[in-house]
Amino acid sequence: MIPGVDAAPGVVAMLVVTAATLGIGVYGLRISRTTSDFMVASRSVSPRLNAAAISGEYLSAASFLGAAGLLLTFGADMLWYPVGWTAGYLVLLLLVAAPLRRSGAFTLPDFAEARLASRTVRRACSVLVVAIGWLYLLPQFQGAGVVLAAAIGGPPWQSTVVVCLVVLVNVASGGMRSITFVQAFQYWLKLTALLVPAVVLLLVWFGDGRPAPAPGVLGDPAYPTETLAWSNPIAEGGTIGLYLTYSLIAATFLGTMGLPHVVVRFYTNPDGRAARRTTLLVLGLVGVFYLLPPVYAALGRVYAPHLVERGSDGLVLALPGLMVPGWGGTVLTGLVVGGAFAAFLSTSSGLVIAIAGVLGQDVTGRSFGRRRLDGVTAFRLGALVAVAVPAVVALTGGDVGVATTVGLAFAVSASTFCPLLVLGIWWRGLTATGALAGLVVGGVGSGLASLLTLYTDPSDLWLDALLRRPAAWSVPVALVAMVGVSLLTRDAVPAHTRRFMVRLHAPEGTALGSPRP
Amino acid sequence: MSRFRRRLGTDADRLTFRTLHTAALAAPALREGLTAASAERAVRHLRTLLGSPGVALTDTTGLLAWDGAGDQHHDRVPSLVALVLERPGTRAFDRHDLHCVVGSCPARTAVLSPLVVDDRVVGTLAALAPETTAGLVRATEEVAGWVSGQLELAELDSSRTRLMEAEVRALRAQISPHFVYNSLGAIASFVRTDPDRARQLLLEFADFTRYSFRRHGDFTTLAEELRSIEQYLLLEQARFGDRLRVTLSVAPEVLGVALPFLCVQPLVENAVRHGLEGSEAGGGRIQITAKDVGTDAVIEVDDDGAGEDPDHIRRVLAGDQSLDSVGLGNVDARLRAVYGDDYGLVVETAPGAGTKVIVRVPKFTPGVHA
Repeated sequence: MIPGVDAAPGVVAMLVVTAATLGIGVYGLRISRTTSDFMVASRSVSPRLNAAAISGEYLSAASFLGAAGLLLTFGADMLWYPVGWTAGYLVLLLLVAAPLRRSGAFTLPDFAEARLASRTVRRACSVLVVAIGWLYLLPQFQGAGVVLAAAIGGPPWQSTVVVCLVVLVNVASGGMRSITFVQAFQYWLKLTALLVPAVVLLLVWFGDGRPAPAPGVLGDPAYPTETLAWSNPIAEGGTIGLYLTYSLIAATFLGTMGLPHVVVRFYTNPDGRAARRTTLLVLGLVGVFYLLPPVYAALGRVYAPHLVERGSDGLVLALPGLMVPGWGGTVLTGLVVGGAFAAFLSTSSGLVIAIAGVLGQDVTGRSFGRRRLDGVTAFRLGALVAVAVPAVVALTGGDVGVATTVGLAFAVSASTFCPLLVLGIWWRGLTATGALAGLVVGGVGSGLASLLTLYTDPSDLWLDALLRRPAAWSVPVALVAMVGVSLLTRDAVPAHTRRFMVRLHAPEGTALGSPRP
Repeated sequence: MSRFRRRLGTDADRLTFRTLHTAALAAPALREGLTAASAERAVRHLRTLLGSPGVALTDTTGLLAWDGAGDQHHDRVPSLVALVLERPGTRAFDRHDLHCVVGSCPARTAVLSPLVVDDRVVGTLAALAPETTAGLVRATEEVAGWVSGQLELAELDSSRTRLMEAEVRALRAQISPHFVYNSLGAIASFVRTDPDRARQLLLEFADFTRYSFRRHGDFTTLAEELRSIEQYLLLEQARFGDRLRVTLSVAPEVLGVALPFLCVQPLVENAVRHGLEGSEAGGGRIQITAKDVGTDAVIEVDDDGAGEDPDHIRRVLAGDQSLDSVGLGNVDARLRAVYGDDYGLVVETAPGAGTKVIVRVPKFTPGVHA
C-alpha cells in the first residue's frame, strides 16, 4: 500500500466502476417500442461514438499508470511511448482503416483468409492473435495487481487473482453485450479520472510558486538526475540508446494496426469512409489523453522523487494524496484509482473477448472425437484459457515493467500483422506461402525475443537491447521474407486477387465497389 | 512393419486400396464439371489410374488437359475427337492416325473413350501408349465410365444450385398478393382523412417492393434487411393499428453483418401472420432482437401468437413442400447452403406458447459480402 493513500476511496471507486460497466453492458442496448423510432434503434454507430469506444478499449493500464511512471524514472525519451501509441493510429488511418473495413473481415485471421484464400495462413494468424493477446494481457494483470495492492493493500499476487476473476466473470456472463457503449463510457471515465486531478495538481503547483525539481536528490548515478538529461528525447547509452529509441518508434508506429481487440472494433463502422473518420477521431481522443501522463511525471519529479526508485508505476495513484492533503486528496485518489481500474478492466475484457473468439472458433469449438461443444460453451472455455495463461505467467514471471511488456506485444504485432496488412492491402503480388513465411519469421523472431526478455536477463548490453526492443530488426526481416518468398512463388498469386483489391480500394456506392448487377 | 502390412491385407487388397485412393483424388476436381481447370487437376490422377504414358481429357471440340508423354500430338486431337463423336464408342487409333513418325515415341497409339452425361457425349478420355492392347482399351472404357459418373454428379450439384437460386427468385417474387391488396386498401383509407400519412405509406410501399424485387447480389447487410422489415411493419401497422405491437432491440455492432438477402423478413412476416391469427384478445406482440455474440450475430424473431406443433415445424424444415410455411424452409435451406449445417434455423414453439425463430450468422464467412 502506498503511504498516504487511504483504502476506502479506492475500494468505493472500483466498486462503482465495476457496477457501472456491468450496468451499461446489460442495459445499454437501444430498444424501440414503437415503429416510429425504429430508425433510431437500428441506426449504425456514429464515428464519434465508435472512436470513443476504440479509445476506451485501447487506453490500458500501461497508458494510465505505466507511461507516467516511465517518464518519471527515465525521462523524456520515454515520451516516445505515448507518441508512438498515438501515431500508430496515423499509420492505421493512412494505410489500413478503410480497406480493412471494406474487406468485410471481423478479425485479422478473417482478413488473411479472405485475401489469400488459405486456411493455413488463417491458422497462423489465429496463433499470433492469441500470442499477442496474451502478451498484452500480461502487463494488464500485473498493472491491476499494482493498483489493487496500492489501493487496498495485501500482496500483489492476491490482487492479480482477484482482478482475473472479475474479468472472467464480466466476459463469460455476457456482461459486455453492448460493448460499444461500455467502452465509450470507459474512455470518458479514464479521461476525466486523469484530467480533473491533473488540473487540480497543476493549480496546487502554481500555488506553491512553481517549484523546480531539486537537482541530484537521488544520488544514484543510474538515473539521470540533471533536469537537462531528463529532458533528452534519446535514451541514454550512445548508439544503444539510439537503437532503443528507433526500435520503440518502429514497434509502436506499426504495431497498433495488429492489435486484435482494436481491429474488431472497426467492424462496427458501416463503411470504409466511416472507418477512416473514426480513426481520425481516435487520433484526437488518444492524443488528448496522452498529454496528461507527462504532467504527472513532471509533477512527480518535484513532489515525489522518492518514487523514482521504487514503484514508479504507482505514481499516478500516489501523487494526489501527496500533493493535496485532507479530503480533497482522498476524493482525487478515488478518482484516479477508479480510472486505473477502468483502464485495466476495459482493455482486458476486450482482449479476452478477442482471444476467446479465436479460441472458440479454431480450438475449443472444434470436435474432439464425437464430442463437440456448442458456441457459448466453447466461447466460455476459450475465455477461461485466455485469462488463465497470462495470469499464471503474471504470477510466476520476472518483474518486467508494465510498459516494457506492452512494448513487446506491439513489437510482435508490428513484425507479423503489419507486413501482412500493408502488403495484403497494397501489393497484388502477395502469395499465401509468402505471407506464411513472413509471419513465421517475424513471429518467431520477435516472440523468442519476448520470451527471453521475460525469463532471462542477458548481461551483454547490446544483446539485451536487441531482445528488449526487437522491432527495428524483426519488422524489416519479416517484410523481406514476405516479399521475397512471394516473388519466388509468383505463380501462386490467388486467382481472385484483382477482384478483391478492387473491393478493398473502391469506395462503397461506386460502380466498382458494388457487386455486379 | 510386417504387422502393419498384414493388417492392410494381401497385395491384391493393397492394389485395390491404392486404385480407390487414386480415384478419390481425381473425384473432387471432376465434381466441379468438365472445364479446363478441373481437367487440369484430374488428369494427373487419371494417368496414375490407367498407368499409360500419356492421358488427355477433351471436350467435344478439342483438348482440355494433357498429362505425360506425347504432347507433340496436340494438333491431332480435335480430328480424333470428331471421329469418336461421329459414332460414339471406345475407339483405338494407330500411329498412322496420329501421324507419328518417331520410332521411339512412347505415345504412338491412342485409345479414346467418350464421356457421357445424360445420354449426351460431353468429351472424351484419351489414353496414349506405344502399343494398343485389349487391356488398355478395356481400362480406358472403365475409367471413362467412372469419369462420366462423376460428371453426372457434378451436373446434379449444379442443378441443385440452380434450384436454390430459383427458390430465392421465387421468394423475391413472393410478396403475397394479399399483402399488396391489403396494403393498398389500408393506404386508400387514409387518402381522405390523412393525406400526408397516405403519401408516406405509398413511399414506404415503393421502397419495400424495390428492395424485394432487386436483382443484383445474393447478400445484404443486416441494416438494410432491418430497413425493409421496418417498411413492411409500417404497412402492416397501417392495417392492424394498435393490435400489432413491435419491439426492436439491436446491438449496433452487428448492423454491418452480411447475410443472405431476404432471410429475416420472411420470418417477421410469419410472426405477424401467426401472432395476429393466434388469439383475438392478446397477441400481436412481436419482438425482434439482434445480439452480438462473439464471432456470431444472433437474430431472434419472437411472437406471442398461437404457436405451432413442433413436429409440423420439423417437417417444414425438412423440406416438406406440401405445407404452408414456404418461407421458413427456404430460409433454413439457404442459411445451411451458405454457412454450413451448424447455422440452420432454430425454432422454439409449442401450441399456445408463441413462436421464437433464431437465426445465427457468423460475422465473417469467405465469399459472403454485401
